[in-house]
Amino acid sequence: MFEFLTTSGPALLFYLFALMAVAGAVCVVSMRNPMYGAIGLLVCFLSIAALFLLRHAEFVAVVQIFVYGGGIMVLFLFVIMLVNLHRLHETTMLGNYWRTAFVVSLALVAIFGFLFLKVEFGPSFEDPSKFVDALEPGMGNSEAVAWKLYREYLLPFEIASVFLLVAMVGAVVLGRRA
Amino acid sequence: MMLEITTTHYLLLSAVLFAIGAAGILVRRNMITVLMSIELVLNSVNLNLIAFSYQLSDLTGQIFAVFTIAVAAGEAAVGLGILIALFRLLDDTHLDKATELHG
Repeated sequence: MFEFLTTSGPALLFYLFALMAVAGAVCVVSMRNPMYGAIGLLVCFLSIAALFLLRHAEFVAVVQIFVYGGGIMVLFLFVIMLVNLHRLHETTMLGNYWRTAFVVSLALVAIFGFLFLKVEFGPSFEDPSKFVDALEPGMGNSEAVAWKLYREYLLPFEIASVFLLVAMVGAVVLGRRA
Repeated sequence: MMLEITTTHYLLLSAVLFAIGAAGILVRRNMITVLMSIELVLNSVNLNLIAFSYQLSDLTGQIFAVFTIAVAAGEAAVGLGILIALFRLLDDTHLDKATELHG
């Protein structure tokens, strides 16, 4: 039993966090009150960060917690509290085409599942836990990501910063009292 | 017996999350919930990128995930800005109330 836990620990953690992520996602789309939906979304974000950790993407996991769990979550909670919650209860929850939408999303899962189960990916190319050391032995994940980001992907990085500036100005202009 | 997690597990989970998010976008009529569903879809894509980064032992997937997160942050800020502007105009966040552009 102990040996099973030590060898299959990551797999069990994967199933735990996958279940939590799906439960949070279902909570988002099924709760009438957006506040409960936002809590479900937070659970989903944090579970996905844990799933990133299980795939040795430590830097992205921390960015996920900071940006999604911190920034975007606060933004959503702010807006939910800003708009009148009592009014939200009165509105009809589902649109006119909800049956079609359910069929479409079920078909989506069926098609994706069929394709993914058909494809044989085989083993990873190298020892995956070592791939952060690809640039230099002993280099951590954040350092490796930084090297790649600031050398090969410097231009996209700068464009992303300009994009964020444009988005910020746009959000301020849109939110301004006309 | 030893359980093992493969890339296929991650792909299936991300397909399920994508479908739940897509259903939320199509079905729900509350603008806040629709925006939250869009975030779900973007997150499921990130899950795929990370899974393949591990599968191929290539960091590019993680770099791309960072860019996706940046774009998602901008999208959430602008989307919620539009929501606030629309709420001032209509005094409601119900999508079916926004029919000005129907013509």
